[in-house]
Amino acid sequence: MSAPATLARRVLLQGRYETLAMLRNGEQLLIAIILPLMALVGLVVTPLLDTFTDSRIDLAAPGVLALCTVSTALTGQGIATGFDRRYGVLRFLSTTPLGQSGLILGKIIAVLTVMAIQVVVVGGTALLLGWQPAPGGLLPALVQLVLGAAAFTSLGLLIAGTVRPEATLAITNLLWVLLAAAGGILFPTTSWPDVYEPVAHLLPSTALGDALRSALIDAQFNPLASVILLVWTVLASMAAIRWFKWS
Amino acid sequence: MKDLGPVEALDNKMVRVLAGVHLRAYPGEVTALLGPNGAGKTTTLACAQGLLKPTGGTVRLLGQEPFQAGAQLRSRVGVMLQEGGLPQAVRPVPLLRHVAGMYSHPRNVDDLVERLGINTFANTPIRRLSGGQKQRVAMAAALVGNPEVLFLDEPSAGLDPQSRSVVFELIQELRREGLGIILTTHLMDDAQRLADYVFIIDAGRTVLHGTVPELTAATDTSAGVDRLLTFDAAPGLDFPPVAGLEVSESVPGRYSLSGPLGPVHLQALAAAWAEKSVMPSAIHMAPRSLEDVFLDISGKELR
Repeated sequence: MSAPATLARRVLLQGRYETLAMLRNGEQLLIAIILPLMALVGLVVTPLLDTFTDSRIDLAAPGVLALCTVSTALTGQGIATGFDRRYGVLRFLSTTPLGQSGLILGKIIAVLTVMAIQVVVVGGTALLLGWQPAPGGLLPALVQLVLGAAAFTSLGLLIAGTVRPEATLAITNLLWVLLAAAGGILFPTTSWPDVYEPVAHLLPSTALGDALRSALIDAQFNPLASVILLVWTVLASMAAIRWFKWS
Repeated sequence: MKDLGPVEALDNKMVRVLAGVHLRAYPGEVTALLGPNGAGKTTTLACAQGLLKPTGGTVRLLGQEPFQAGAQLRSRVGVMLQEGGLPQAVRPVPLLRHVAGMYSHPRNVDDLVERLGINTFANTPIRRLSGGQKQRVAMAAALVGNPEVLFLDEPSAGLDPQSRSVVFELIQELRREGLGIILTTHLMDDAQRLADYVFIIDAGRTVLHGTVPELTAATDTSAGVDRLLTFDAAPGLDFPPVAGLEVSESVPGRYSLSGPLGPVHLQALAAAWAEKSVMPSAIHMAPRSLEDVFLDISGKELR
């Protein structure tokens, strides 16, 4: 009689499959690796960060790692899920032993795997450029990256599951640009106008950027930013569970 | 094996799709859901596959409630969706190996690939395959887990005659292996060639069900089986009734008569041709088809 493979095997297989799908896609690689690297180099060779810091690379690197999270969890994963939904892939795979929960677990594994690769590539490049992360902040930074991945993956799934894939493509790419420019990811929010700053602090992007800067510059765990990321995760997940359409 | 009692379902847009579908399917049989586009065939399958929760009625798949069923039940059921459900960027064979990995005892992927002729396009990304090629990959993906129950939504859609016969042969072979196969179609031919049992669905209801001979058998047995005779001749000819049956010109140049046709009608028809010096360019006669049955009960064409 037919029987399913073990849960662990199914989820790991799906995770590997989705990871490879992301890494093989040219546009995904562009937004996950190339553009963040360009941002990193750009922030180091230009005086954009000089109003905030004496060491451009130490301020730039945490922000670019936060940007990597948005690339993978929100934009990359959102677009992939949107088109899989269009072509009925989500429906088909949910009829196999993988099921809906296995699909989502597979996506989480893929996001975390691609992010690990980003950390190695972007972090490695930053080290070559003279980055000196606070050693005591590495563990808090890791925790914050996972929290950020959870928040942005939930948001990506919410968008991908509710609008057409073309709209998902447009929205998540636009969000990436807007959040990178004015979402508190690359630039500390202290530079923004007074009316915008309180709002900006509630954004998941600001929370993640601030959290990584607290960790990697000052070796501190930022509890407020963590709470904001958790609230975004809970709200977006609940909305996705309520409104996500599988077909 | 499966009893889809009177079931109501709402689709995503909150439209009532099914009003009352009653359906059963058994191992070792091909059960066809036949009906025009929009009749509710795919929605019925979605309820049976556990993709959709009906708002009323009961559904049992291998004795279990299929909606949100566990991996154990899903591993015993293979599904081919109408839209295929295939990711576009991957190649067929890696995809099939990936799906096979979800099962503890999958079918041999190489055999399946060979059997369905997928090896000729094994290295082409799915997005660049033809409709018929995608259809064959989707069928392989439904079969790779070695299921006991196989759902095929429009299995012959987009198939060229050659791949159609490959797919049909495979369906018949799987039936002999004892699989319970449930397929939908809006093509008479499919149902007549493949199905052991047919459920005719119209506007979300089961309107008629039975074996193909049962469904096409004439109600008046004394007059023999109802037959349909068509012949092609010059357009615009006016034929008198032959032995009591009307001759109608359904499209210009194509004439038909139907009913309990016997030799006496053929004799009278030949006499009418002789009188008008007409020699038809083609003559065709066949028993009433499922299409005629459907037309009778719904007043609609199937397509």
